[in-house]
Amino acid sequence: MIEGVVVVAAVLVVATIFGLWHRRRDGAVRTMGDGGDERPALVGADLGVELGARATLVQFSSAFCQPCRAVRGRLAHVADQVDGVRHVEIDAERNLDLVRRLGIVKTPTTLVLDGAGRIVARASGVPSLDDVHAALPAT
Amino acid sequence: MIDPRGPRFAAAITTVVLAVVLITGNPWVLAVQAVVFAIGAGWGPAASPYGLLYARLVRPRLGPPGELEDAAPPRFAQAVGLLFAIVGLVGFVAGATVLAYIAVGAALAAAFLNAAFGLCLGCEVYLAYRRIVSARSSNNTPPEVSP
Repeated sequence: MIEGVVVVAAVLVVATIFGLWHRRRDGAVRTMGDGGDERPALVGADLGVELGARATLVQFSSAFCQPCRAVRGRLAHVADQVDGVRHVEIDAERNLDLVRRLGIVKTPTTLVLDGAGRIVARASGVPSLDDVHAALPAT
Repeated sequence: MIDPRGPRFAAAITTVVLAVVLITGNPWVLAVQAVVFAIGAGWGPAASPYGLLYARLVRPRLGPPGELEDAAPPRFAQAVGLLFAIVGLVGFVAGATVLAYIAVGAALAAAFLNAAFGLCLGCEVYLAYRRIVSARSSNNTPPEVSP
């Protein structure tokens, strides 16, 4: 009985701390600075599509991932609104080699590629529309 | 497509039920929760008892949902919940109380994070799990996109 109460209290406290921490950083867009990520640039063949002339928004999703749907809508909207921007959604589970190469650990994760396929920004979770726009490389 | 507030309501009830399991140490309550998980996993969250409760009692008092969501993610979550509930039951029955507490505690954390923060714990950990598992099984997953 007492042990049970202690376990419940401990779980709720730890989960609350994790939940608050996660809420704060979910969707935050990290830009890679000049020259982009140290990883080699992606080419269209890695993704199975042509890269966008200005930017490609690469979204890693999984079938059971609830927030992936919101990200899909948001990124598709940006690709629709901005010339030269493409949105590509990749099933992370079926592309584990690519996932490993890019250091993707959870879904949804979004990479922003410039026209040359270099990773210029990444975000896990649901990024805001404004942040996605701000992360697009200049034309 | 389902009202996303349904699974969240169900997660809140699940949180309370699992807390009761831990506090009372009563495996029968956990067995009932396991059945609820099984129905949610097998027939979808709308068919589970908590989903029906939501549709009968809660939804009529709320406005229509802002958007609908796919039923697959909550179904998967119910299946994972079922797995943890079974491990917990085995622990209780076999007298391995620590195992039971760990399994039920993990399920409680996931249900609470979903209810309180709308956080999908499966999204956080499932891909990492797949990466580890497929690394062990000599990376035999064929890429969907051919070079």
